[in-house]
Amino acid sequence: MKGLRTPLGRAIGLGPAKEGIGHWWWQRVTSVALIPLSLWFVFSVASLVGAEYQTVLDWMRSPVIAALLIMFVISFFYHLQLGIQVVIEDYIHTEWLKIASSLTLNFVAAFLALVSVILVLRVALGG
Amino acid sequence: MVEFTLPANSKIKKGITHPRSEGADKAKPFKIYRWDPDSGENPRTDIYELDLDRCGPMVLDALIKIKNEIDPTLTFRRSCREGICGSCAMNIDGTNTLACTKPIEDVKGTVKIYPLPHMPVVKDLVPDLTHFYAQYASIKPWLQSKTPAPPDRERLQSKDERARLDGLYECILCACCSTSCPSYWWNSDRYLGPAILLQAYRWIVDSRDEATGDRLDELIDPFRLYRCHTIMNCSKTCPKSLNPGKAIAEIKKLIMARR
Repeated sequence: MKGLRTPLGRAIGLGPAKEGIGHWWWQRVTSVALIPLSLWFVFSVASLVGAEYQTVLDWMRSPVIAALLIMFVISFFYHLQLGIQVVIEDYIHTEWLKIASSLTLNFVAAFLALVSVILVLRVALGG
Repeated sequence: MVEFTLPANSKIKKGITHPRSEGADKAKPFKIYRWDPDSGENPRTDIYELDLDRCGPMVLDALIKIKNEIDPTLTFRRSCREGICGSCAMNIDGTNTLACTKPIEDVKGTVKIYPLPHMPVVKDLVPDLTHFYAQYASIKPWLQSKTPAPPDRERLQSKDERARLDGLYECILCACCSTSCPSYWWNSDRYLGPAILLQAYRWIVDSRDEATGDRLDELIDPFRLYRCHTIMNCSKTCPKSLNPGKAIAEIKKLIMARR
């Protein structure tokens, strides 16, 4: 049973969180950024298929290319995190599981993004 | 987790097939959801066959004919029979709409009729809209103004200001849109749903209202407003051809605009 709280009291609940704009805005920013970045990434990698090792290294060592690659992986993992966050909030209604899933998602997305950035930098800076 | 399947006591059984009335040449079958809270039984779907030559053109006419002539226990809400009260909102042929404005001939084969989806059922085709109405009350759907009304006349609007309410004021709160929205199905405890957000926007864009900022403040919430993922079932199903999806997008734009 739901108890004797009034319907209006239940509808108001804890009141508005006064946030959510950031999530909504960055989901759009990253999706717009990912349109050119993904196309560029796919075409670049496709054109490098079968290329010499040195050619690929030289390509990645260009500061512009390295910067674009870092922008791509950050947008990609940020967008992925924002998207899956919504899926978790939509479908998981068990509170502890929701929190655990969110935390796992945040850690995994941040970790993968960081690893990708470090790898790009290592190649670009010739480590 | 979200319940994607019905709980055991909500599984729908096969119901009674009522005999066709005599001399019904153009018999049209109607398969209707039935549930009686007092019986303790699971819901079932009963089949009624009607002679369309002796029935009005709309689905509501068929429901009234069934109640009058075949089965007086069939329970549904209806009032105006012309699409302005919103009482007879139900799921017909897989789409939420008003029984009174839905022509029977638009449905091929059996006319399947269920209550509005994912709402608690009071009986048969009557859903419990208590929470929906409470959510409506929560957005304060009335004019809020600090400036007193002119003593000698009403609060004036220009023609353009009035035109901004077109496509919003026509909403009859039938709940077809909200109950077609998956976000509302899974999170209606906190998500306001398309109908209530369209109503909220109706007051946000009203040029006479002075609580615009407070109204926006009340909506900024990951659930209340931002559970809308522009699935657009709301705009597709609206029996009044309104566009709640657009109203929600406009709210989001206004919130961005004042940042």
